[in-house]
Amino acid sequence: MRGKGIHIEGLSKRYGEGDTAVLALKNVNMTVVPGEVVGLIGPSGSGKSTLLKCLGAVIDPTAGRMMLGDEVIYDDGWKVRDLRALRRDKIGFVFQAPYLIPFLDVTDNIALLPMLAGVPNNQARTRALELLTALDVQHRAKAMPSQLSGGEQQRAAIARGLVNRPPVILADEPTAPLDSQRAMAVIRILNDMARRYQTAIIVVTHDEKIIPTFKRIYHIRDGVTHEEAGEGRGFD
Amino acid sequence: MISLAGRDILHAWGKFIFTGIGLGLLIGVTLTMAGVYRGMVADGKALLDNSGADLWIVQRDTLGPYAESSSVYDDLWRGVRAMPGVAAAANVTYLTMQVRHGQRDVRAMVVGIMAGNAGDPGWPPYLVAGRQITRGHYEAVADIATGFKLGDELKIRRNRYNVVGLTRRMVSSSGDPMVFIPLKDAQEAQFLKDNDAIWMQRRRTAANPAFNRPIVPGLLEAILDSQTTNNYVNAVLVRLARGYTSEEVAEPIRRWKRLTVYDRSQMEEILIGKLIATSAKQIGMFLAILAVVSAAIVAFIIYTLTMDKIREIAVLKLIGTRNRTIAKMIMQQALALGSIGFVVGKIAATFAAPHFPKYVLLMPADSIAGFFAVMLICVLASLVAIRLALKVDPAEAIGG
Ligand SMILES: Nc1ncnc2c1ncn2[C@@H]1O[C@H](COP(=O)(O)OP(=O)(O)O)[C@@H](O)[C@H]1O
Ligand SMILES: [Mg+2]
Repeated sequence: MRGKGIHIEGLSKRYGEGDTAVLALKNVNMTVVPGEVVGLIGPSGSGKSTLLKCLGAVIDPTAGRMMLGDEVIYDDGWKVRDLRALRRDKIGFVFQAPYLIPFLDVTDNIALLPMLAGVPNNQARTRALELLTALDVQHRAKAMPSQLSGGEQQRAAIARGLVNRPPVILADEPTAPLDSQRAMAVIRILNDMARRYQTAIIVVTHDEKIIPTFKRIYHIRDGVTHEEAGEGRGFD
Repeated sequence: MISLAGRDILHAWGKFIFTGIGLGLLIGVTLTMAGVYRGMVADGKALLDNSGADLWIVQRDTLGPYAESSSVYDDLWRGVRAMPGVAAAANVTYLTMQVRHGQRDVRAMVVGIMAGNAGDPGWPPYLVAGRQITRGHYEAVADIATGFKLGDELKIRRNRYNVVGLTRRMVSSSGDPMVFIPLKDAQEAQFLKDNDAIWMQRRRTAANPAFNRPIVPGLLEAILDSQTTNNYVNAVLVRLARGYTSEEVAEPIRRWKRLTVYDRSQMEEILIGKLIATSAKQIGMFLAILAVVSAAIVAFIIYTLTMDKIREIAVLKLIGTRNRTIAKMIMQQALALGSIGFVVGKIAATFAAPHFPKYVLLMPADSIAGFFAVMLICVLASLVAIRLALKVDPAEAIGG
């Protein structure tokens, strides 16, 4: 077991001050254990992106406590000093669009992360190739992102999210641009990876097709979450 | 770590090459402008070198003979030659004019030289074809930049001259090629009026009772004679004898002959410090404008390239790229653009320089200074884009 996954307690986020203030997250509690994939579902404007940004350490919560693994990241106004290094080492991101760097080939798009952390180029590329092989896009390793199909790009983006073996992966509508078959494939991959690398994964989604696959789902509405058991169906 | 800037350039090489070429042409113009100034200085120095003189004796309190007009009597040189420390002294006249050859005319500086030998002050020091002037009249030695050939017939005022020799890099301080002719002819050319004017002047003189006195026979004829001869030259060129300093020789001439004397360094100061000073300022202004335009182009291009990458920069930041790494990427791209521009500019200037009508001298030192100026401009120009990139919020990578 790697650490304790994601754990947040009493997390709140307020945008702005005074009359115009928006309370986007209200006392959110959430736990995702290593190896688990949970869904985060809610209507537009409910606070999904805000929660994901707090979890991703790109915006600071107004109050509450957040832990990634054993490490306390936020605690009522206190925060870890180097959020940039935290993002690089502890959090993998998968976005709605793949957002691959267009001027790097697929391998280097993925190898860039370990390189940024100081891993030598060869080793970083070897790691990237391993993941590409696991995700079955190794045949596109030398291609440029623009030469890939949507599904291949998304798999490359998932490989990038995984390459530093982060204890946490945050996926923001990762299946939105994909047809149902490919969407299912992505969810299967995320579940495989969660199990294989003992990663805690949160998937924000609207996608009706994939919702039944989660064993646990957090619903969010007006900044308030409540937890629910999912169907936990297979991926076919 | 891989070079992000390098990869981006390889990916968008077309954009970089074309912008680099555009910038390069601008840099080429800048280098050529600097070369034009260096050429003017070099022309001035060539004029002084080729005159073969160590001292220039000119009309008192003038900056002659090149920067201002000057006239001294043409018999002065004899007295000067007898003074201690003077190895050679020679009259010289300079007159910039259009020299006709058949149907076309060429702007040239007509130099009148005394009878003498090659190597005398004022004489062209070497020829590339033909021979020096040997007759007292109607022979000319022309710089090849005039386009004249041996045996060509030139027309200066009313007289015709036969080109007997050609020389090279004999130019005035403004870059006009020289045409050497005998001194007497040159004096006449400076003074010679057309027939109508001479006839008018004779009538006026004859009508003046002070000059036309029947009781003094020959007076009118003597006066008319003096009016049609020119006893002036523009300067006397002096070569020093071995072992004398220019001041040792110049001082007695100033005191006893009551004339102004310049040595080589003073003459250089007049040519470069005064005669071409305004042109130099003009060129300086152009260089400043070109620098600003180049900076604006680099800034604009790097800014738009960065604008196109906002999303990628947000992603890079989100996945933990340091601000320093992103700033380095943008600055390296600006420097790469500047380097392409400099290489293109240097090549363009080198190929264009010989085709300019005046001498363009590209000095390696100017190129090196230009390279560093381009690099500095690129660094400054990239700051705008870097500021933009540093302001990008990594949260932008996660949708709204
Ligand atoms: N930067 C911001 N400044 C002010 N209000 C914001 C900002 N971002 C989001 N909000 C508000 O917070 C609430 C939650 O937004 P968001 O987290 O984007 O919801 P979702 O992703 O579920 O659509 C909304 O009411 C939204 O208007
Ligand atoms: Mg959203």
